[in-house]
Amino acid sequence: MDVAEETAGVTVLDVENLTIAYETRKGDVEAARDISFTVREGETIGLVGESGCGKSTVAFGIVNFLGPNGKIVGGNIRFQEEELVGRSERELRRLRGDKIAMVYQDPMQALNPSVRLGQQLTEALTFHQHIAKNDAWERSIQMLKRVNMPDPEDVMYRYPHQISGGQQQRVVIAMAMLNNPSLLIMDEPTTALDVTMEAAVLDLIEELKHDFKAANIFITHNLGVVARVSDQLCVMYAGQIVERGAVTDIFRNPHHPYTMGLLDSIPRLGESKAESVLHPIRGRVPPPNERPMNECIFAPRCDYATDECRKALPAFVKISPEHVSRCIYAREIESQPRTAKKRHIVRKFEPTRPGSPEGELLSFKDLKIYYPKESQSVVSLLGLGEKKFVKAVDDVSVRLSKGKTLGVVGESGCGKSTLVKGIIGLEPITSGDMEFLGIDIDRSVSERDTSLIKEMQMVFQNPDSTLNPSYSIGKQISRPIRRFKTVPNDQVKGEVIRLLKAVRLDEIYYDRLPRQLSGGEKQRVGIARALASRPDLIICDEPVSALDVSVQAAVINLLLEIQEIYGSSMIFIAHDLSVVRFFSDDIAVMYLGQIVEIGPAEAIYSPPYHPYTEALLSAVPIPDPDVEQKQIRLGGNVPSALNPPSGCRFHTRCPRRKEMLPDNSQICEKEVPPWRSTKHGHRIFCHIPLEKLKTVEPIVHSSE
Amino acid sequence: MTGVKQKAISPEEFHTRISLHRQIRERVSIIFASKIAVIGLAIVIFWVFVAVFAPFLTPFTPLEQDWKAPNQGPSTRHILGTDELGRDLWSRLIHGARVVLVILPLSGNLWIPGGTAIWGVFAALIVGMTLGLVSGYYGGWLDEVVMRMLDAMMAVPIILLYLIIMAALGASAVNVVIAITIVGTPGIARLVRSLTLDIRTREYIKAAETRGESPWYIMFVEILPNARGPIIVDAMLRVGYAIFAMGTLGFLGLGLPPPSPDWGSMVAKGREFILAGSPWAALWPSLAIASLVIGLNLLADGLREESMRYQ
Repeated sequence: MDVAEETAGVTVLDVENLTIAYETRKGDVEAARDISFTVREGETIGLVGESGCGKSTVAFGIVNFLGPNGKIVGGNIRFQEEELVGRSERELRRLRGDKIAMVYQDPMQALNPSVRLGQQLTEALTFHQHIAKNDAWERSIQMLKRVNMPDPEDVMYRYPHQISGGQQQRVVIAMAMLNNPSLLIMDEPTTALDVTMEAAVLDLIEELKHDFKAANIFITHNLGVVARVSDQLCVMYAGQIVERGAVTDIFRNPHHPYTMGLLDSIPRLGESKAESVLHPIRGRVPPPNERPMNECIFAPRCDYATDECRKALPAFVKISPEHVSRCIYAREIESQPRTAKKRHIVRKFEPTRPGSPEGELLSFKDLKIYYPKESQSVVSLLGLGEKKFVKAVDDVSVRLSKGKTLGVVGESGCGKSTLVKGIIGLEPITSGDMEFLGIDIDRSVSERDTSLIKEMQMVFQNPDSTLNPSYSIGKQISRPIRRFKTVPNDQVKGEVIRLLKAVRLDEIYYDRLPRQLSGGEKQRVGIARALASRPDLIICDEPVSALDVSVQAAVINLLLEIQEIYGSSMIFIAHDLSVVRFFSDDIAVMYLGQIVEIGPAEAIYSPPYHPYTEALLSAVPIPDPDVEQKQIRLGGNVPSALNPPSGCRFHTRCPRRKEMLPDNSQICEKEVPPWRSTKHGHRIFCHIPLEKLKTVEPIVHSSE
Repeated sequence: MTGVKQKAISPEEFHTRISLHRQIRERVSIIFASKIAVIGLAIVIFWVFVAVFAPFLTPFTPLEQDWKAPNQGPSTRHILGTDELGRDLWSRLIHGARVVLVILPLSGNLWIPGGTAIWGVFAALIVGMTLGLVSGYYGGWLDEVVMRMLDAMMAVPIILLYLIIMAALGASAVNVVIAITIVGTPGIARLVRSLTLDIRTREYIKAAETRGESPWYIMFVEILPNARGPIIVDAMLRVGYAIFAMGTLGFLGLGLPPPSPDWGSMVAKGREFILAGSPWAALWPSLAIASLVIGLNLLADGLREESMRYQ
C-alpha cells in the first residue's frame, strides 16, 4: 500500500491510555493497561497476542460490552472526534449508531438459529435506517453477492444451520457491512474455520477493506493471519501493548523480546526438525491479579532482562516514527547476539527411506471404517429401508516404520480422527487389514492383549479435558504404570517422578490437581501419562493446537526430544500444516475419508502436488508479510461423507482438473483415480499425469 | 522434653497432608461463602445434634405416659407440653428425629445406625447411580430399556407409588427405606445418566479406554468422582423429600407402627385435639418436618450456587 495514501486517511478511532478493569472478589483487576492506538480509514490494525492478553477486552471496551463487572478506569476513546468514555448508554447509541460493527469468532453464536438469514440481514438494515422492506431485501442480496456467497437469493430463505461454517461467517460479515460502518471490529473471525475457509474469508476481508474504506480492528492470536490482513500491528502482552508499528517493520525487525520470542516459537511453512529448532518462551502469561505494576511485565520470561528492567515500567522507545517498543533495550536488542537462545543446535535426522531395513511398525491396507447412519424415520426404526453409511475412512493404506513420524493432515471431517480411533481399537473396523509389529490388530481394544495395548498410547488435544480433574497428577501417571506393570509396585512413585522430570516438570507436581496447572503443563502430564507404559507408538491427536504459540513450541520440542531418547514412532495429527511439516518424516494428506497424497514430508511440500494439497498449502497463513504465496482457493463445500462424489472424491472442488485434463476432465467424475508414484515412495492419487503436476509452480516464494 | 520423641514426617507426607488440609478447607469454605447454606447447615446440625443426644436431653422416655397431665401446653416440666396420653412432646419429637436421622429400627429393639431417611436415600443413590452410569456409558438399547422402565415409574404419582409400596409391604421402618429407594431411584438415575453422557466425551475417558480399562473401572473410578458435586446436592434435597414422605406415610398410618415416636403419626393424632384447645401435639412435629426440610433445601441450594460460581 502506498505510504502517502495511508497517512492521508482520516483517523476514525483514537484510543488513548485506555485502562480497563474487572471487579472480582479479590478487588479490581486490570485486564488492559494504558492502551493507545489509532485506526484510520481503509486501514487494518491487528491486535495480536496470546490468550489472556486483553485483546478482546480492548474491543469490548470500545463498543462498551464489558459486562456488569467491567469498567473503563482511565483513558479516552475518540470515535470520529467524539469522546466515548463517560457517556451514557443512550448517548453512546446515538454516537455509534450503525457506524461500529463487530464480527465474532463463532458465527453460529452471532446468528439466530431459529430465524431465516434473509430476515436477520434485512433487520440489520431496517433497524437503523428507514428503508422499505423490499429495498432492504434487495440490498441484502447485493451484499451477499459482494461477500462471494454462492446462490444469494436462495441463502436468504435458509436457516443458519443449513449453510457451512465459512458461509455463516460470510453472512455475519455481510451483516456487519450492510450499514457501511466506519469501524469494523473483528474478534478472531477465522479461528473456528478450516484452513481453506479461513484463507477465503481473509481474502474477502482484504477486498472489503479496499472497497468500503472502513477502519478495521483485527484481533487474533495467529501471527500468520495477522501478517496477511493487517497494515498496522499492536503486539499485546499481559494487558499492555509491548510493540506497535507497521506490519512489515515488526515482522522484519521486531524490537521487543516478546515479539521476537513469538516469531521464534512458530515453525515457518516448509521448515523441518532436521534443519531448525523452535524457541519457546519460558514460563507463562501471569494471571491479571498477579501482574507487577511498576516493572517490565515481560521481565520474568525475558532472556535480556536485567535488574534495570525491574525498576520501572518501561516507556515506549521510538525505533522509527511509527514503530515503538516498550522495552528499555529496544534499540540494542537487535544488534546483540542471542545469548540464551542458540540457533546452532541442529538435530541429526536422516531423511526417510521407505522400506528401509529398520522394519515396519504399523501397516494397514484398504482400511474401511463406516458408521451406520441413524435415521429417525419409522421405516428405518422397523429395520426396513436401505441402510446408509457414513464413510469416515475408505480404502486407506499406510505404512509406518519404527522410530519415524507420520503426519496426517486434512480439514475437519476428513476422517483423520476416526482413522486414529480405528488404530487404537476404539472404533470397529468395517474391513481391511491392520498389522502392528506383524500382529493382526483388527479388533477392538477390549479384545486386545494387554501387551499390545501398552505399545500404543495417545496424547490428546484439549489440555482441559485430558486429565481427570478428580485425581492428583501422580495418581494419573501411576495408573498406567500399575496397570501394565512397567515397574514393580514399590518403585512406581520413583518412576512417576522420573517421567515428570522427562517432561520437564518438577517433583512437586506429584500431588497437584489438574486445575492447579496451566494448559502447557497439563499437556506435559498428558505426554508423561502416554509415556508411562513405554509404548512403541504414540499417537498425538492435535497435541498443540489448543495451546498458545509460545507454549506450543515447548511441547513440540519436548515431543521431539522424547522421540530421540525413547525412539518411539509417532502418528501426528494436526490441521496446522507448518507444524506437521516441522514434526513429521512422512505425511499423509486426507480428504473425505481417503488419502490423496502420501510421501516424505519434503516431497509433499514441493511440486508435484495433488491439487488438494496445493490448495491447502496455499491457504496456510504465513507469519511473514514478505513471502509471496500462490492463491488457490477452493470453491464449494466439503461434500457429505454419507454420499461421497463419484470417481475422484475431490472432483467437485478441484481447481486443476479442467485446465490439465482433456475432454473437460470427465474422467474425474467417472473413474477412481490411479496412484501415481514418484521416487522415494511419494504417491499421488490423481488422474492428472505426474508430468503435468510437476509443471506447477511451488507455493511459496520467499523474497530472501 | 527428652521423653517425648517427635515423630518426623517425610517431605512427601508433609505435602500430602498440606494438600489434604487445603482440600478440606476449600470444601468447608464453599459452605461458609453462602449465607443461606450456613443457615441451612445450622438447622440441620441442630436436628442431628438433638437426635444423637436425645436420651440425654430429656428426663422422659417417649413412651412414658402421665395420666394426670394429658394435652398440656408448654410448662417447665414438659417444655413443649404433652399429648393426649400425657407423653412428653419434646421427648417424642427428638426421638422422632432420631428415627429419621440417626437410627434405623429393624425389629423389636434391634436397630442400626443411620436414620431411616438417610438409609433410604443412600440405597436409592447406589441403585440410581449404577443404573444411570450403565445407561449413560453404554447407551444404545440398554439405555433405552432402563430409561423407559424408569419413565414408567416416574409416570405414577409419587404419593400413590408410596401408598402402593407400603400397602404391599406393610408398615415398618425397613419397608419405608425400601419405598424411599424405589421412589428415589428414577430421579437419581436420570441425573447421573445426564452427567455421564457429558463426562464420557472428555478426553481422559478416551485415555482410559486407550489403556484398555474395564467399563466398570471407567464408570466408577473415572466418571463417578467427577459427577459427585451435583449428586451430593441432589442427595441432600432427596433426604428432605424422604423426610417429607416419611411424614406423609406416618400421617396416613403407614409409617412406623405405634406407639413409636413418628412425626407423621404425631400430627395425625394431635390433629383431633387442635380445635379442643391443645394444638401443641400437632404443631411441634409439623414445625419439625418443615424446618428440617427447609434446612436441607437451603443447604443444598447454597452449595449448588457456590459450587457453580467456582466453576
